[in-house]
Order: sequence, then C-alpha cells, then structure tokens
Amino acid sequence: MADKHFQLRIITPDRVFYEGDVEMVEFNTTEGQIGVLPGHIPMTVIIKPGILHIYEEDAEKNAALHSGFVEILQERVTILAEVIEWPDEIDATRAEEAKQRAEERLRSRTPETDIMRAETALLRAMARIEVLK
Amino acid sequence: MASMRDIKRRKSSIQGTQQITKAMKLVSTVKLQRARANAERSKSYFDCMYNTVNSILSRVGHIEHKYLLPGKSPKKAVIVITSNRGLAGGYNSNVVKLITKNENWNQEDVVIYAIGNKGREALARSGYEIKEELPEVIEEPAYADAMQLSARLLAAFAADEIGEIYLAYTSFKNTVSHVPTLLKLLPVEMESTSEEQIHDGGAIMNFEPEDVEALDMIVPKYITSLIYGAMMEAVASENGARMQAMDNATSNAEEIISDLSLKYNRARQGSITQELTEIIAGAEALG
Repeated sequence: MADKHFQLRIITPDRVFYEGDVEMVEFNTTEGQIGVLPGHIPMTVIIKPGILHIYEEDAEKNAALHSGFVEILQERVTILAEVIEWPDEIDATRAEEAKQRAEERLRSRTPETDIMRAETALLRAMARIEVLK
Repeated sequence: MASMRDIKRRKSSIQGTQQITKAMKLVSTVKLQRARANAERSKSYFDCMYNTVNSILSRVGHIEHKYLLPGKSPKKAVIVITSNRGLAGGYNSNVVKLITKNENWNQEDVVIYAIGNKGREALARSGYEIKEELPEVIEEPAYADAMQLSARLLAAFAADEIGEIYLAYTSFKNTVSHVPTLLKLLPVEMESTSEEQIHDGGAIMNFEPEDVEALDMIVPKYITSLIYGAMMEAVASENGARMQAMDNATSNAEEIISDLSLKYNRARQGSITQELTEIIAGAEALG
C-alpha cells in the first residue's frame, strides 16, 4: 500500500488500448459503479456499459466502456474490454439516434421486445453521449 | 525428340507460370507479416482471458454448470476455418481431414459451421451437414463476427440442438510451422493449474457477481475470444502456407526451365549438325 499508483492495462481483442500507472480508475459493473484505488482486494467484476474514468497523476482520461470484465489485483488492474472507445472515436449523431431508438423500443413495449437488449443498447448510447460531454 | 518449337513453347509457358507463382509468393509474404502482427496483438487478450477463466474454474471445482456439462444432444457443432482461395498447399485439406478422418465421430452427428469456402466445399462433397457458411468472414476477421457466431452457437447449445462445440483451424506456430488443430470449446475443459494459482499473488480472487453467475457471463466472452483468435491465426497460417507452396512452385518451375533449356540447346545443336551433314553429303555427291 505504500505506493499511490497501480498499473492499469486495458486490452481489447485487436489492440492494447491503454497501459500506464494511475491513481484511480472508475467504471460501471453489474453490481454498480465502483472506483478502484491501489491495494484493492483481488476481485473479478463484469462490466456494464458506462464511462471509464482514468485518474493519472496529473491528468484525467475518459472512455466509453461497453462490455468485458476486469481483473483487479493489489498492484495491477487488467481490463479485458470487448468494446471500448476514446471520446474522439465516437460518432455523436449515431449515439443520439441509437439512444432514441432504444428509448422508443422500451416505451412501446411489446411481448416480443427483447428488454435486456434494448436496455443494454440504451446504456451503451448513454455512455457514449455522456463521455462526449 | 520433341521439336525445337515445342520445347520453346513449353518453356515460355512455364516461365509465365513462374512469374505468377513468384508474384503470389511476394503478395502472401506481405500479407503474412500483417496477419502475424494481428495474431500477436490478439494473443495478449486471449492469454489474459484464458488465465482468468482457468482461475475461476479451478476455484469453483466441480459444480454443475451448463457450460461445464455435455449437452443432451448427440450433435457436435464444428466451426471449420479454412480459406476462400486455394493454392496454399495442404492448408485446407489438412483442416478438412481433422473432421473426415476422425474415427470417433459419426458423420450424422456433425454439423458444420463453415468459415471459408474451401472447407465448406470439401465437407459438403463428403456429405456433411453444413449449417452455416460464412465465406466473407475470413477475408477480414472482425471481433463482431466472432461475437455473433458464438452467440448463435451458445443459443443452439442452450436449446439442446447441439451438445458439444468444436473448433477446427490451423494454429500458427511460426512462419514455417502451421499445425491443424481441433479444439473443444464447449463443454469447457481446463487442465488443472493449481500451482500457477498459488503462484498468482497468493491472494484469493473474489468474484462479483458470484462464481456461477460470473461463469454465465465470462464463458461466452471466452468462446468468442477463442473463435476470434483462431480466425487470426488461421489467416496467418493461410498466408504462410501459400507463401511456402508458391516458393516451392517457383523453384520447381526454375528446375523445369533449366531442364528444358538444356533440351532446347541440344535439339538446336542436333539440327545444326544434321544440316551440316546434309550440306557436306550434298557437296560430296556433287564433287
């Protein structure tokens, strides 16, 4: 616990998205929003669409994190992300459209609506829009 | 002996072929470099995924989870990854052989999910049931393709349409060594890695949500990453195999050309000698 930093690695199937020493990282999981500081107990959590905040020593970075899981160890955190985007990779209009589509689907609920899917789509769109702000 | 004209025609045709094989070799060399870089990048993701799944499974022990038990159906789904184009030596047929030569399998129990045309053609010819064909996927493998495929497979598994899922592809060891591999995806089987587990920081890993629920969510991702990784490796192997095949073809052509050049020169010398003999004989007859 002596160190204020821990190593963060974010890996996607086709690239290493981020690698560096950070002070804190925050993201959304199936159990709710969590923030991870150095010296956290070892834990594996599943990602829910949301914003990822990376707090570096003198900077803060945001990204939209959509699916994957996180392996938290005391001195190292690895995020295995299936889908993750930096703000400049997001298409604002597309996200807005997707949000409206998902809301529409949830409102006009029919028996054959896949609620789970619509909700995930909504969360994803909201994460995208949020991270652009 | 073949006439000079025949030899010459044959030689120039082989020279044409050699130019093509040479060009194809160069193209696949370039493609191989790119495919190999991609495969290596996806490997770190896959390794991490494998370790995590392994550590979960080694901790939960023998629980009755749907992804760890064989399904009720005797059907086996096999994802077959081959190329769309030939001229890659034994690359495609080796993968196909994994299925046709497997003595433990009945042909009726196997359903094929074919990625790449060559494998589909060969298996359809031998009478296998082709459930899906995805020729365009292998041209440029995307993670989204793997996600959709694994979602469909898991749905079929959950609906008891299939009992086991396999993956047949060519694993890429290095530029010259590609191994046709048959991998069992579901039910998940892991070799025990208890030693590694202890070594891994010594601390016990917690899961949120609980183990069983975590398995529900992680196993599909694990399968997707396996399929994706296999596609990346298959592309690298395909180009490696083609590069080798074309290299061999080029040097074979070289050999035939030099053989033909020799024959051509001999035929030319023969015709000159014959002409001379005729002239001398003619001159003698006159004199």
